[in-house]
Amino acid sequence: MTGKDWPLYEVFIRTKSGLSHRHAGSVHAADDEMALNHARDVYTRRNEGVSIWVVRSSNIVASDPAETDAFFEPAKDKIYRHPTFYEIPDGVENI
Amino acid sequence: MTNKEALLKYVLRLGDNALVLAQRLIELVAHGPELEEELANANFALDYLGQARMYYSYAGELEGNGRTEDDFAFLRPEREFCNVQLVELPNGHFGDVIVRSFLFDAFYLLQLESVEQCGDQRLAEIAARAVREIRYHQRYQSQWLIRLGDGTEESHRRIQTSIDDVWRYTGEMFAGDEVDVKFHAHYGGPDLDQLQTKWRAEIEAIVNVATIRLPVDAWMAEGGKKGIHTEHFGSLIAEMQTMQRSYAGLSW
Repeated sequence: MTGKDWPLYEVFIRTKSGLSHRHAGSVHAADDEMALNHARDVYTRRNEGVSIWVVRSSNIVASDPAETDAFFEPAKDKIYRHPTFYEIPDGVENI
Repeated sequence: MTNKEALLKYVLRLGDNALVLAQRLIELVAHGPELEEELANANFALDYLGQARMYYSYAGELEGNGRTEDDFAFLRPEREFCNVQLVELPNGHFGDVIVRSFLFDAFYLLQLESVEQCGDQRLAEIAARAVREIRYHQRYQSQWLIRLGDGTEESHRRIQTSIDDVWRYTGEMFAGDEVDVKFHAHYGGPDLDQLQTKWRAEIEAIVNVATIRLPVDAWMAEGGKKGIHTEHFGSLIAEMQTMQRSYAGLSW
């Protein structure tokens, strides 16, 4: 090692009962296969998972915290986008 | 030697290989080059330790003298340990550790795959559990061997030296004696000649990708299975047994 850290990978684990992979944390690794090993060794020691995804952190495109307002604020007052906004007419039986 | 005595001896050899390698890896705890490698190493050490416990418990039952797993691990003198010398070799650098484990686990994995099918049900069940752990170890070690061999000029040179240095300790794994013969004949255990051919083919495949070469077979060290060990072994078991020797009957 030349004192430089290995690249960072984000780790996603699917549990036995889980339907989708959830973010578990991150590991450092020199390559993809090593990242998978490290994820296994660090995050599934207590029988947490049945499937692992790893992805280079630098490959994740993330929203900018500074743009939170522009991104998410407009959705807050659009209550008509929720199904509960609508009343079901009496005559409808199957919904 | 009766068949049952051979079985007991065989189980003890499995246990000693696992325990001694566990002890070597435990020496490395808190010395890992990276946090993630640190955890991997400690996991591996505990895998071997867990396997050793299963073998020793079973050995105690086979022997029928009331000896426990702790008695086998902590109260036997050096000459009664029958692990191969390969697993007792000092750690050296990271590449040395990878090579030692790679060569041993390639053998151990094949051994377990055979023992898993053997005629002694209890031992077959232990092997079936252990084999999954070792399969992962071997994946990890093979990848590191390739990474180091096919890495920088320096890592290539050093890993080649690691394998050259340790090669003379590999022959003992395949040098059969009465125990191996009886375990093969009576319980359907591994045929060591076949095992060696397979072992060689498997490590050769990885070593080729790693761009290193297997050393030429020459003189091979032997004796571990009979209780004759390298000069490094005395201090290993002294450290491992010091608590039980100092405070007899100590428990957690």
